[in-house]
Amino acid sequence: MNRRPVWLITVVAFGYALLYVPIVSVVIYSFNDSRLVTLWGGFSLRWYASLLSNRELMESALLSLRIAVVSATFATAFGAIVALALQRLSRLRGRVLLSGMIAAPLVMPEIITGLSLLFLFISMADLVGWPASRGATTITIAHITFSMAFVVVVVRARLVAMDESLEEAAMDLGGRPVPVFFDITVPMLMPALISGWLLAFTLSLDDLVISSFVSGPGATTLPMYIFAKVRLGVTPDINAITTIIIVLVAVAVATAALVSSRRGQTG
Amino acid sequence: MSTKPAVETRPAERWLRRAAAVPYLWLLIFFLAPFLIILKISVAEPVIAQPPFTALLAWGERGFEGIRATFENYAFLFQDGYYGIIYLSSLKMAAIGTVLCLLLGYPMAYYIARQPPRRRNILLLAVILPFWISFLLRVYAWIGLLNNRGVINEVLIWLGVIDQPIQLLYNDFAVYLGIVYSYLPFMILPLYANLERHDRNLLDAAADLGARRNRAFLDVTLPLSMPGIIGGCLLVFIPAVGEFTIPALLGGADTLMIGRVLWDEFFVSRDWPVASAVSVVLLLLLIAPILWFQRIQAREQVLAR
Repeated sequence: MNRRPVWLITVVAFGYALLYVPIVSVVIYSFNDSRLVTLWGGFSLRWYASLLSNRELMESALLSLRIAVVSATFATAFGAIVALALQRLSRLRGRVLLSGMIAAPLVMPEIITGLSLLFLFISMADLVGWPASRGATTITIAHITFSMAFVVVVVRARLVAMDESLEEAAMDLGGRPVPVFFDITVPMLMPALISGWLLAFTLSLDDLVISSFVSGPGATTLPMYIFAKVRLGVTPDINAITTIIIVLVAVAVATAALVSSRRGQTG
Repeated sequence: MSTKPAVETRPAERWLRRAAAVPYLWLLIFFLAPFLIILKISVAEPVIAQPPFTALLAWGERGFEGIRATFENYAFLFQDGYYGIIYLSSLKMAAIGTVLCLLLGYPMAYYIARQPPRRRNILLLAVILPFWISFLLRVYAWIGLLNNRGVINEVLIWLGVIDQPIQLLYNDFAVYLGIVYSYLPFMILPLYANLERHDRNLLDAAADLGARRNRAFLDVTLPLSMPGIIGGCLLVFIPAVGEFTIPALLGGADTLMIGRVLWDEFFVSRDWPVASAVSVVLLLLLIAPILWFQRIQAREQVLAR
């Protein structure tokens, strides 16, 4: 059964090429000395050097990182609680509404999420005077809201597979609910919490559409900055940013793979 | 409160119930309320003011005077042929993109599912890996490849296949390519999950009964993988309909997709009531595929156990 038709191998190879050729070409051209993106003008690091002196870019990258860390942390906490409530509480008032509000953001077109949240912020400013202006805070709120749904999916998958008897034993031995939660439930959920946090972090760092709607003057995230630049075509310094991000992702994935394989060996 | 016998987990449940109130309230304010507001604005009249639409509830000197709702924005959408064409064109482009994605994703998922377990994991990881790199940057990468002076054109000219650069960027072709490229993992994963479960004995039985390999594929594998096909297609189709980034970066001026039109309606022409009505209709269009997907999903989860 090992004989595979040539066309099948060809299609599979084409598929993988499609996935990787664009990424590889950006990395190669980020080291191109020529300003003309397609002409090879020799190896150079000048675009990386120019990133450092680009204040606008550095500021937007820092803003994006700050928003991503805060929103991923809140989304993970909220998402874990919702997952626990949906999974563990037999009688939960408004369960249908809650699971609906968790399922909907997963399929909602980003553009509608962005538009509707902007309308909310404007109406709130009108009614209660907050938020007075839009910017990092409103973007963070928006990101918590949509990435929470993804965390719930990840944590629930873990909860389904998790053994509850340890927690029950701790309770039988007189453990109080809150310490038991932090000493037993949280450590057991840790792998799911970490992957949920990373997912929320990535989603936040990556978001262009929702941020564009709920942002205000002065708050430009990295994707918003990149989008404004690449709308006009290819720019070499964006190639350099892309390469840096690819390296960071590769390092993160390799670390995660190492950690999980070591855990798999010892545990 | 309740007559249920006291169990050990009761205090824990009480804590959980209290804690859950916070995200619950959060979702009510930041997910449900915005949605209701968009419904409300879609039946308001545009006015030149801040905010630029009329209030739903009319308050006069003697208090509440009634509900002020107009369906003119919706009537406008249907009378003005422009939006009808855009909705149809978005559905068409998403559908073609989905079919192309299936044509590429199915053989890949099939191939992966028939590899030894270790190889399988590596191949799957290679499908998921690009997903962690920014979507925007991955779409951007295609600009450098498809340009008139981009890598693909240069290579084709160098090979002597063409002598003039061909227009690959800023047209519908580039958008299809972008959809296939961006959503390929969403197609492959459900297909793989399905194909990996198939009982190989069925194929052996088909072979014993004299079926050729193609026949066995068409009569056994393909029908069995139908839930995976539908699941993968919906997972690509649903987000592709409302896609903004791909048509904005790779599409041409004549590429009509609703996500992009909605963006312009809001940021350029600033007609909020019409933008809201456009969103509501888009959601209505997506409800059927979303419900279908959830049904498939529930059935597949039962089978996976």
